[in-house]
Amino acid sequence: MKIWAEFIKGLWKENPVFRQLMGMCPTLAVTNAAINGLAMGLATLFVLLCSNVIVALIKHLIPDKVRIPSYIIIIATFVTIADLFLAAFFPEIQRVLGLFIPLIVVNCIILGRAEAFASKNNVKFALIDALGMGIGFTWALTLLGIIRELLGMGTVFGLQVMGTNFTPWIIFILPPGAFLTLGVLLGIINTFSNKKTTKTSCH
Amino acid sequence: MIELLLLFVGTALVNNFVLVRFLGICPFLGGSKKVEISLGMGGATTFVMALSAIAAWFIQNYILEPFGVSRFLQYVAFILVISCLVQLVEIILKKISPALYDALGIFLPLITTNCAILGLALYIPIKNYSLIESAVFGIGAGVGFTLALTIMAGIREELEFSDIPAAFQGAGVTLLTAGILSMVFLGFAGLIAM
Repeated sequence: MKIWAEFIKGLWKENPVFRQLMGMCPTLAVTNAAINGLAMGLATLFVLLCSNVIVALIKHLIPDKVRIPSYIIIIATFVTIADLFLAAFFPEIQRVLGLFIPLIVVNCIILGRAEAFASKNNVKFALIDALGMGIGFTWALTLLGIIRELLGMGTVFGLQVMGTNFTPWIIFILPPGAFLTLGVLLGIINTFSNKKTTKTSCH
Repeated sequence: MIELLLLFVGTALVNNFVLVRFLGICPFLGGSKKVEISLGMGGATTFVMALSAIAAWFIQNYILEPFGVSRFLQYVAFILVISCLVQLVEIILKKISPALYDALGIFLPLITTNCAILGLALYIPIKNYSLIESAVFGIGAGVGFTLALTIMAGIREELEFSDIPAAFQGAGVTLLTAGILSMVFLGFAGLIAM
């Protein structure tokens, strides 16, 4: 099943965060709590899905020389929609994620998928690819958020998990905790897989 | 004057763009092992950052605000202007200073997708900076970026000779080092109350 293979690759084998090290800025910045990681992942999934489908639909109309600016305009439009939606229905989350919602525009996963996949495939495959990559990004961010929230505050999704004797390691919800958690997680994942991830696919 | 100096130090060290605000992580992680190349990359980025900060100020105050479209068109306008600006800088540099172009040239096209630049532009309306403050903010952010990139390149040169477990080679050890560097930069937090 080719469709299934296209979907499943984003979840693990070509996971944007752990295997390709793409979209590192939001990955590190907003994962100080599980809910923030989940929200950021879903917002990115929405933008990725819409932009991939639109790019696949109009790929024949875009002249080759101006394709990158055109993709960026398409992406920026959907980011604005996502931002206004969050501001209207989840103002609290929109405030916490702050600057990192508009920065989805320059998240290289999105432009990368538009350029490497959606511009060469039909709408159906572009949709499946975006779903796989988006869900892969979302679970990675949620996992990081869970680990950092658990160690940094003793809670998961706001629910108290650790006992009352647990002293929170504040460092994990501060900026250094983001680097340390992702670094250790990457090391663990590399230990258990044949293909080692050593460098980012972005610039 | 003293406020501008505080703004500069606050942007470059206390709220370092890379290590505290998580902007521009990709060039930082994928960066070079050579200190000179990092300085070149940092120089090009600082140049574009200062220009983008000024451009963002003008767009926000003379186009987006007067027409009342800031809420809807801000992201689209900023990213368009930044990508054109990078292209423009490249063309002008090539014409007036081929030597500088050769030094910075290879880094310039990559800067468009550096989220530190768009982040910087978006901060200007949020923080309500004046034109002068915007320029200082842009330069401070660029210096902070250069600092983080250069320190990391220096550490990478040393890491070449260390015995790192296979699973942590490359990005893994870079992230752990960045974590420790980030702790160091947290220490600057007492420097200025912002």
